[in-house]
Amino acid sequence: MSDKKPERRDFLFTATYAVGAVGAAAVVWPLVDQMNPDASVKALASTEVDVSSLKRGNTITVLWRGKPVFIRRRTQEEIDVARSVKMEDLIHPEKDEDRAKNPEWLVMLGVCTHLGCVPLNDKGDYDGWFCPCHGSHYDTSGRIRKGPAPWNMEVPKYEFVNANTIKIG
Amino acid sequence: MSDHEYTPKSKAGRWFNDRLPLLTLANHLTDYPTPKNLNYWWTFGGILTFCLITQIVTGLVLAMHYIAHADMAFESVEHIMRDVNYGWLIRYIHANGASMFFLAVYIHIFRSLFYGSYKSPREIIWIIGIIIYLLMMAAAFMGYVLPWGQMSFWGATVITNLFSAIPFVGEGVVTWLWGGYSVDNPTLTRFFTLHYLIPFLILGLVVLHIWALHVPGNNNPVGIDVKKPSKDTVPFHPYIVIKDGFALLMFMIVFAFFVFYAPNILGHADNYIEANPLVTPAHIVPEWYLLPFYAILRSVPDKLLGVVAMLSAILILAVLPWLDTSKIRSAVFRPLYKQFYWILVADVLILGYVGAMPAEGLYLLIARVATAYYFLHFLVILPVLGLKERTIPLPLSITEPVLGGSPNMAMAKKKESKIE
Repeated sequence: MSDKKPERRDFLFTATYAVGAVGAAAVVWPLVDQMNPDASVKALASTEVDVSSLKRGNTITVLWRGKPVFIRRRTQEEIDVARSVKMEDLIHPEKDEDRAKNPEWLVMLGVCTHLGCVPLNDKGDYDGWFCPCHGSHYDTSGRIRKGPAPWNMEVPKYEFVNANTIKIG
Repeated sequence: MSDHEYTPKSKAGRWFNDRLPLLTLANHLTDYPTPKNLNYWWTFGGILTFCLITQIVTGLVLAMHYIAHADMAFESVEHIMRDVNYGWLIRYIHANGASMFFLAVYIHIFRSLFYGSYKSPREIIWIIGIIIYLLMMAAAFMGYVLPWGQMSFWGATVITNLFSAIPFVGEGVVTWLWGGYSVDNPTLTRFFTLHYLIPFLILGLVVLHIWALHVPGNNNPVGIDVKKPSKDTVPFHPYIVIKDGFALLMFMIVFAFFVFYAPNILGHADNYIEANPLVTPAHIVPEWYLLPFYAILRSVPDKLLGVVAMLSAILILAVLPWLDTSKIRSAVFRPLYKQFYWILVADVLILGYVGAMPAEGLYLLIARVATAYYFLHFLVILPVLGLKERTIPLPLSITEPVLGGSPNMAMAKKKESKIE
């Protein structure tokens, strides 16, 4: 740096660059943001599902926001297994009590947290789910136990509208 | 570069050329001095240009009939196959053309690795080439999504999910790429747009690639500089044009074999099932040309590190000119490098094979060893080898091995080592 005093021209250059950069960013942002989910995609944010015909030990898969959601009505045995696991055995420690408020019902995104495949029901070393793509094993609470997936399958926001209907989203 | 000034013969030619020197460019391209010892491994540049043009022409035609919408894409592809006049032919050329493009580019890349074409002063040519290769992979991946079959959909899901490995912003980036909460119609339309754009970007980069090539001129099988252009080179036209043309014909025979006799052998049957977001196919595999990188991805048990390893495997090529410390270009004069070169070729083929197999048991073990070796080759073997290796003396000129009475490079080499 020279110890020359800044002139009026230096000020003009700096001001021009600064305004130019802000202007360019303001123009680029709409071009980038247009790729984010649009209003019509966001409008499909919730789905209601009738679960009255679902028997214990069975799973149904419904589509929510383009993604599969597993709704499983668990057997007592599955619940007991899921609740007896020690936290230190888990890759992503989460209590089954927190994942399934009503122990009979497990609602979660049927999306493997590794690279987004749909895991298969009643498969794998932990009798929960098994992802055929890269071999992730999930337990009866949908928690990752073995394989490359980093997290448990995600539990979305949902509620029982009445005894037979679950609203997801 | 031809050193003489060019003036068109006709008056009209001179008038035009003074205003826009296109004729000077044409003259440069025809007279371009080319090392006279180039072998058939040097014909793949021309073959790749042919592949790019083929993909652009057939792609343009397909775009006239294809509908980029999640509800109609799959049917429109079937419509192309069954109803459009010669639609089956054009689509099979385009689909197999992608594979042929990669076949040619891999030969082109491995030719550079063998003969040291990436070394000074050709680093920029090499780096532009790597960028073209990356764009080719992006174009091929997005093109594979367009038919909206099961492999299209789940391939798109798996590959876009790679970005979710980025710490903190990953999920947001993936949603942004998708334009929704899963791969869906907005994803398809943007992939179609980008798939259409990328070949033209590649075309622009090819011009730069060739421009950068024409500054130092071609490397050659002995890897030494041209000493005397009048002795060591021949004009591009007709010598190289004819040689390239002959090689291209041979290549087109292979191409035509796939198009007419085995059009689906390189594809996957699951892609003739329409995309279903509720069911993942039992065994997801990418196209054959991406398998080695897929194997690297799966061989690392951690999600983020797997993605990092896969990207590094490609990007490490960009810094190759600085990892290889040897000043000798051609492997012909590097006895040890030559062996490591073939081990690397085998390593990449093994990675490709295990990439197509389930990631478990012995396959996983092999994939891990092969991945480790891949990085070892570039990060340890190449830098050390350049310093330690005892190389064979280089010939004095490109012409010397020829005039020495032995047109065969191996013989010439043997003679050299005897003199030593």
